[in-house]
Amino acid sequence: MAEFFHMGGYAFYVWSAYGIVALVMVANVLMPLRKRRILMDNLKRRVRAKRRQAA
Amino acid sequence: MWTWLHKLGSPQRFYSLSGRLIPWFAVLSVLLMAAGLYGGLVLAPPDYQQGDSYRIIYIHVPAAWMSMFVYVSMAFAAAVGMIWRIKVADMVARASAPLGASFTFLALVTGSLWGKPMWGAWWVWDARLTSELLLLFLYIGFMALQSAFDDRRTAARAGAVLALVGLVNIPIIHYSVEWWNTLHQGPTVTKFDAPSIHLSMLIPLLLMAFGFMCYHAAMVLVRARNELIEWERNSRWLQNLITE
Repeated sequence: MAEFFHMGGYAFYVWSAYGIVALVMVANVLMPLRKRRILMDNLKRRVRAKRRQAA
Repeated sequence: MWTWLHKLGSPQRFYSLSGRLIPWFAVLSVLLMAAGLYGGLVLAPPDYQQGDSYRIIYIHVPAAWMSMFVYVSMAFAAAVGMIWRIKVADMVARASAPLGASFTFLALVTGSLWGKPMWGAWWVWDARLTSELLLLFLYIGFMALQSAFDDRRTAARAGAVLALVGLVNIPIIHYSVEWWNTLHQGPTVTKFDAPSIHLSMLIPLLLMAFGFMCYHAAMVLVRARNELIEWERNSRWLQNLITE
């Protein structure tokens, strides 16, 4: 197991590369999902306000 | 084909179809990447010249392939949007740019982390690296152009022109290692004869590449739906859909 993390002496390069990729790819999932929630909330509020006005 | 395209081109139809596709792409991408990582980091043997440092290949190469694939698909979507005035195509183009820029950035950074121990330098002004850096600037330019216009149609048209002009960079990136004498190694997979890479390394690499592809498919649809919600916020079908 220690050997696996050691990566034949290239641990710093290999794991930094994998770490940065993981970070960017996870951020690229979370950001649009968060934006979607915000957009949906805004839209729902607008629609409700409009219907209240109409009623 | 045309009626199918036109049906897909309707925002309503795109919204419901993409909603059904996203979970499949997401699950598939997680499975493919898990298998690819296991195969690449655990099962595959170390390289006879580069030792374990070569294992960066399993993220570097898929990211680099995706940086080019996403650009071509973005330019294609932008062209379809411009020629046939299909709004959904413009949304897909807009959604592609940040993802493409991310893949390009990752290809450059992981390449740098590979270059340092193997070449002794984080960066060299080599044809492959320079043209890939230019690709990053093309994505950033496309995004800047999109946000520079208030009118979405004008923004989409301006973006499409930039994306199409920038398309010439793609073959330059691909063939740079053959046209110029570069430090970057030549292709080992996309050659006309058999790939010069062992199966135990090739299979995880392809799994990762397909995993990245599915990841992109899922996320471009999520982003395109966000664009659609913003764009269609006044349309009745969307308002009815979300208050159901």
